[in-house]
Amino acid sequence: MSRPSEESVRAEVRAWLEANWDPELGLVEWRDKLIDAGWGAPAWPSAWHGRDLPAAVAAVVDQEIRRIGAVGVARTGIRTLAAATLLAHGTDFQKTKFLRRSLTGEDTWCQLFSEPGSGSDLAGATTRADLKDGRWIVNGQKLWTTSAHHADWGLLLARTDWDKPKHAGLSYFVIDMRQPGVEVQPLRQMNGHASFNQVFFTDAEVPQEHLVGQLGGGWAVATTTLMHERRNAGGGGTSGAAAAEARKGRIYDEERAETATSLEPYKWYPQRAGRVDLILERARATGAIHDPVVREEIAKLLILAKSAEWTARRARAAQVLGRPQGPEGSIGKLAASHVARAAARVHTMISGADAMLAGEDGPLDGIVAEILVSVPAVSIAGGTDEIQRNIIAERVLKMPRESTADQEASFRQIPRNAVGG
Amino acid sequence: MQFSFTSEQQEFRSILRRLFEESCPTSEARRAMETDAGWDIARWRKLNDQLGLCGVHVPEAYGGQGFGPVELCIVLEEMGRALVCAPYFSSAVLATHAILAAATEEQKRALLPGIVSAETIAALAFTEPNGRWDAEGVETTAREAGGGFRLDGVKSFVLDGHTADLVVVLARAPGTASGEGLSFFAVKGDAPGLRRRALAALDPTRRIARLEFRDVEAELLGAAGEAGAAFARTMMLAAIGLAHEMVGGAERLRESALAYAGLRMQFGRPIASFQSMKHKQADMLVDVELARSAAYYAAEAAAEDDPETPALASLAKAAASEAYLQTAIHTIQIHGGIGFTWDNDTHLWFKRAKSSEVFLGSPSWRREQMLAAWGH
Repeated sequence: MSRPSEESVRAEVRAWLEANWDPELGLVEWRDKLIDAGWGAPAWPSAWHGRDLPAAVAAVVDQEIRRIGAVGVARTGIRTLAAATLLAHGTDFQKTKFLRRSLTGEDTWCQLFSEPGSGSDLAGATTRADLKDGRWIVNGQKLWTTSAHHADWGLLLARTDWDKPKHAGLSYFVIDMRQPGVEVQPLRQMNGHASFNQVFFTDAEVPQEHLVGQLGGGWAVATTTLMHERRNAGGGGTSGAAAAEARKGRIYDEERAETATSLEPYKWYPQRAGRVDLILERARATGAIHDPVVREEIAKLLILAKSAEWTARRARAAQVLGRPQGPEGSIGKLAASHVARAAARVHTMISGADAMLAGEDGPLDGIVAEILVSVPAVSIAGGTDEIQRNIIAERVLKMPRESTADQEASFRQIPRNAVGG
Repeated sequence: MQFSFTSEQQEFRSILRRLFEESCPTSEARRAMETDAGWDIARWRKLNDQLGLCGVHVPEAYGGQGFGPVELCIVLEEMGRALVCAPYFSSAVLATHAILAAATEEQKRALLPGIVSAETIAALAFTEPNGRWDAEGVETTAREAGGGFRLDGVKSFVLDGHTADLVVVLARAPGTASGEGLSFFAVKGDAPGLRRRALAALDPTRRIARLEFRDVEAELLGAAGEAGAAFARTMMLAAIGLAHEMVGGAERLRESALAYAGLRMQFGRPIASFQSMKHKQADMLVDVELARSAAYYAAEAAAEDDPETPALASLAKAAASEAYLQTAIHTIQIHGGIGFTWDNDTHLWFKRAKSSEVFLGSPSWRREQMLAAWGH
């Protein structure tokens, strides 16, 4: 069988959409049709709602859906990570139970990896799962959990063996978030927003068939999730929603509501990145553009921001051409930290004393203040700058790993934080 | 913008890299830097014959290969990496760009084939002892006399100026200022009234000279008083080229520091296993890759005649200047005491980095040029 070409796929999906697209359908009803036809996740295997299409060809389907203003499958939030992880490691039972509902958007997911005692050292997790009477009983605490307060399911990394070395004692579960043993509390950040949660488990239950991958093989499964998380970082995922902003109809209302809920925790993220886009406008409005010292800093910032942007474009171009990823693909996160910090500094220089003011009294109705108190998150969230440097040094530059005490010994013997243990 | 090289361009780069690795080891640079010229003309002509390096970007009508800024910049990046000692930046980049931008068709046909074959070594004399890299800095005058022109003034920081067979000189009509009244002239290296002196250069792998013109006969290139735009274009393309040369050198330094850290044992382990070394190396990679992206983007913009190219050229030059010097500083630091010795090669690139930092304009000046070109 020959591989379907972009042209043939485009023609086929176009014809199908013309025959089937109906904005008067309900969101889930429409997505069910889309999935049944194999157009919901065309890059997925044909056994699981897909058509085995290569990514470049599958992209044509998205283009066609967008072109006619139709709605695609659910793409926001953790559900895409859940689906990718279950596709790679899940049992048929799990795939049947979760994959389709992740595409329709009926289920909402959260990721339960980080803990108060293990942030950068994710494999040091101490949330425990113990098998009792045929069910896993979960106790412990997770942190930085986006959307946990409205999630149906959680991707849980928990310790099932305390005698093995730390990576080997972890297992990966899908946990039902709507049960009495799970308590979700919002976590307020230094910028006043509460985008994350802490999740407390007190004898929460997980059925045995919700173990993903091997018992003790949780780290490998978590690595898959993290890999997809990094790949999606900065990729957006709301392309359809933006176009649908102005459209009227029941299905668009439902999609907008879904998107708004998913994106609510991220509303301050543009400020977190430093808002380089506001710099020149602000400098002109305040007259700071004429101050040679400020000009110099603005120029440095623009060079940094543009170089970082072009580096990302180089990485994407190499990916599209199917060339092996060069170092340009590994430095984006670190470069983004540099950009954000430099931008915060320049915003301060431009604002002068007004940088002391927030809210309605502050520059740009508080946007500048929000930048200043949000930027510290960039160099921490999703892997600290220090961990990024380790990753670059060890994986890209192949420098030797630091000798550490915790790789071989039983996890029980490893010194760890008092918190959360 | 493609943000990637074609497979032909990649192949060209790997051929160059192999060739320079084989024929231009640092022992050659060390030998060349003890000579008056700073390069070995016989070796250079042989290398140039093999790959037509001087004509990469020159149209075929003038004996060149007819490629564009991107291919030229690949050559420069690889030459900067290998620290090739040759009259390339002077002759093939600065002088050639000036002739291409300013000269008449007839003059191009007369002058360029010799430069392309490296039979003629050309230099571009535009900067003066005031150290300015813009048109405002030009004080040398060109007087009309007897149907020709006579030059008076002093040029400085002229790459290969004391050895060039042909000196392209930027001068102005008496009484003019700024970008007005500028013209390029061709002067023979041994013209009467021209006194040339090699300056003691901080970077021994690149010779710079001071040229004094006293009533020197000169041939006008192109139209009189019209060279302002040609000079700007020459500076723009030269800045992009220099940025590539610097990125190539920075990458070589980064790699040598990485290799050394893997070999150097202290406290019973390679120093590369210390986090302080790893983080420094990661930062060096970020510096070099960001500067590389800026340089590549500028070259692509120049190839596409993007109207933003003047701003992008300054951006790339500023970025590369900072990255190269910072990488050189880190590389010496990682080598420790041995990195400060004459026998270790690091100082060869360090000096090139320091000298290139200010050549064609300091990072601060370039940043200001960038903002101005964008209209800010």
